[in-house]
Amino acid sequence: MPDLASLVTVPALLASVFFFIAGSVGLVRMPDTLTRIHALTKADNIALGLLVVALLPQVGSIADAAKIVAVWIVVQISSGAAAQLMGEVALAERDAASSGPDQRGMAGGRDA
Amino acid sequence: MMTAFDAGLGVLLVLAAVRVVATSDVRAAASGFLAYGMILALAWVRLESVDVALTEIAVGSGLTTIVILRAIAHVPSPPSSSTAGAKAAVGLLCACVTLGLSAVILGLPEPASSIAADVAMNMPATGLGNPITGVLMVFRALDTVLETIVVLLALIGVWALVPQERLAGRPATPGTGRSPEPVVFLARALVPIGLVVGAYQVWAGADVPGGKFQGAAVLAAMGLLLMMAGIVKAPAATDVKLRALLLVGPILFLAVGIAGWPLAGSFLGYPPGFEKPVIIVVEIASTISIGLALVMLVLGPPGRASS
Amino acid sequence: MTGSIILALAGAGLVGLGLYGVIMRENALHRILAFNVLGGGIFIVFGFAARRGAGAGFAADPVPQALVITGIVVAFSATALATAIVVRLAAARDEEHADARSAKDEG
Repeated sequence: MPDLASLVTVPALLASVFFFIAGSVGLVRMPDTLTRIHALTKADNIALGLLVVALLPQVGSIADAAKIVAVWIVVQISSGAAAQLMGEVALAERDAASSGPDQRGMAGGRDA
Repeated sequence: MMTAFDAGLGVLLVLAAVRVVATSDVRAAASGFLAYGMILALAWVRLESVDVALTEIAVGSGLTTIVILRAIAHVPSPPSSSTAGAKAAVGLLCACVTLGLSAVILGLPEPASSIAADVAMNMPATGLGNPITGVLMVFRALDTVLETIVVLLALIGVWALVPQERLAGRPATPGTGRSPEPVVFLARALVPIGLVVGAYQVWAGADVPGGKFQGAAVLAAMGLLLMMAGIVKAPAATDVKLRALLLVGPILFLAVGIAGWPLAGSFLGYPPGFEKPVIIVVEIASTISIGLALVMLVLGPPGRASS
Repeated sequence: MTGSIILALAGAGLVGLGLYGVIMRENALHRILAFNVLGGGIFIVFGFAARRGAGAGFAADPVPQALVITGIVVAFSATALATAIVVRLAAARDEEHADARSAKDEG
């Protein structure tokens, strides 16, 4: 039963799944930590945005829609900051690896 | 369609567990455990247990992984010494346990035993809308009192591991020295939202999925974030205010329990007509105590950094 | 209902996997993680029992659910205590080694 809501939901959902898969492939196939984070965050951000777009026409009330958008905002904040943190650690590890092996342990211990 | 989804979820769950157990790198096992917890929470949603899913994702997955990750740097890994024969024997034993348990699951008697009807019959007397909060705070309130005390006992155990003179020191916060910029940003942007979400979970837990454990875990995470960003200092174990707040939940719960004798005729009986307000006050006090206990459990014994 | 049985069987698998890790892993923290995998499996099997007990307007029997919530929080408390003990033991072992070394240097 094709209605207006499904016309938005189905294509957005399919596109979202495509970007999630692309991000996951990037995570597995990219050569080092920095490019992996890059692939994952870029693709997953778009995928999550599309997922929100896909879900919004299906909800029954404004309150539910607001909750979905709120979840999206919180994920944006935390995933952005987490990616930045991992990127910093990866950079520090790379610099430590090129300047001498004895500093590596310090950079590795930062994730706690 | 949903059966296929559940089958996929089951396979993912087992694969995540294989990842945790099979790797020889503890750090990889810990990050695998985080993923395992997320998938486990989804399985709880599929089992129609949203309250459990919320607890699993916050406490079982999130807090547990932080505790393990923080400890890894302090614990050396002994070299592997198990032989192929031992691996095969233990593997066989564990396979037998799984098969036995599977046989029990498939052979459970019909009709399934359930006390859902009893809960439904007695729920109106509690004034609550969420049956799980009803069970936790009314029908099995004794379990819940003892549980808040168990959390406290675990914390006392952690504190007992350091000599008395070091107890006055502040525990080290996660991370080293300078707070990274993204953590400071997270503390500024996420903590106001998290405080609202945590408080809402406690308040709404009376009628919809949520409650003091889930809310306390979210509030504890926000507290830890503030400490990691260097905005709030970790309290020392000897801090009188901290100790008072740690005790307020269990003591109030026990006081209400004892007052139940004269007022309602039994230990942990609530005064008739005032069930809901009393329960909510106890829930709020317990949230403060449990939340702080969770923070202190994650921070670990004081003065570890100096050793 | 079929889906719930599949998840319960996955839970049985988690129990076996966790038990293997508890026995075979050398690092104590790794054992604690494996123990939590084992516990998660047991909770899921219990959750299946709750789902089977659906009735009286509830999608799952609320009593097992409440017990599992209690169980998860207690499991975390035990994990935190066990981890603190493991860290303390490792530190004590280090101190012993340091003492033995300094005693040797003096002698």
